[in-house]
Amino acid sequence: MPDDLTTRFGDDALILGHRLSEWCGHAPALEVDLALANIGLDLLGQAQFFLGLAAEAEAKGRDADALAYRRTEDEFRNCLLVEQPNGDFARTIARQFLFSSWQELLFHGLAQGDDKRIAAIAAKAVKEVTYHARFAADWVIRLGDGTAESHRRMEEGLDWCWRFTGELFAGDAASLRPEWDARVNGVLAEAGLPPPNPVRGITGGRDGRHSEHLGHLLAEMQYLPRVYPDAVW
Amino acid sequence: MPSGEIILAGLPQAELSARVFGALAMIPDPEIPVISLFDLGIIRELRAGTPPILIITPTYSGCPASIAIQQSIRAALDDAGLAEVAIKTELAPPWTTDWISTAGREKLRAYGIAPPESAAERLAQKDTQPAFCPQCGSANTAEISRFGSTPCKALWRCHDCAEPFDRFKCI
Repeated sequence: MPDDLTTRFGDDALILGHRLSEWCGHAPALEVDLALANIGLDLLGQAQFFLGLAAEAEAKGRDADALAYRRTEDEFRNCLLVEQPNGDFARTIARQFLFSSWQELLFHGLAQGDDKRIAAIAAKAVKEVTYHARFAADWVIRLGDGTAESHRRMEEGLDWCWRFTGELFAGDAASLRPEWDARVNGVLAEAGLPPPNPVRGITGGRDGRHSEHLGHLLAEMQYLPRVYPDAVW
Repeated sequence: MPSGEIILAGLPQAELSARVFGALAMIPDPEIPVISLFDLGIIRELRAGTPPILIITPTYSGCPASIAIQQSIRAALDDAGLAEVAIKTELAPPWTTDWISTAGREKLRAYGIAPPESAAERLAQKDTQPAFCPQCGSANTAEISRFGSTPCKALWRCHDCAEPFDRFKCI
């Protein structure tokens, strides 16, 4: 198994980046289409850097592409939140808001960390993630404070995603929780949205126990390299 | 062994730098061809050694132009007889729009893209960052979308001349 931390960070970014790419050509407006594609692109870049480190630490002659395209779902270490299907636009925004707010805090910490190479990726990525978090927060407010229909959908989206957020704060990441709670609650208050209903959390992604959705995602994402293993442009 | 090595090995660093940077001076950014890679601030330094290493840095982690940029730098070096010079991507310190040259900012404006403010301007403006319309110069502008046609730009519009425009994001 490649190095755990870099694999986690890389897989989170890779899987969410792929999910966002599914919106390409389907978003509610052209501007949103561009935004989601751009966020996905940033995440894919981050995934490439992190998985590059993971592959190097593993020292089995694999590279970032091999980790992305030649692993099965039980070898992925992403959190369950990022592999959840897009749902409607509000659910996608809820997932992005909860994840990016967390990732921003995480990367701020990593950028100050002892591992120079992880710190370099995090210091670069945090600038991008700050944008993602602001974009998603803006939409949470716009939908929550919009029509009765958009409010209802935003509330449902957050409720649906909420059960996967506990996993983000396992282990050392627990220290990020107070600040994250404060930020999330601040945006929800501004959006006129109630705090999500308490639910029993679902975990397992970090140990390779995933929802069925990841297998379907990988089947599509890995199709070409699996069928034509040495294909080049 | 490329013949270039024998020649380059004896060159003083300053002369080698001049040759390398001279060879790269005119390479345009593939997405925004009015500005050069130098103007954009992504060519960072020439590190002495055997081989000498040219350090470059990406603008955004997932910038799709990264590979095209590396290839055009490689081709320009090869054409100038500098095949020996290696290219390395380094992430730290992270690229910032503050590294875009003054000339580069002017070229962006002339091309119709509102350039990013300098660090000092940003500080003075705090969080309110009006963009000046690159067509008519008005500050009566509004953001349409935080993300634009490339990762480095946002979409804005001008209320005075009614034109939409790209704005370089400050990071």
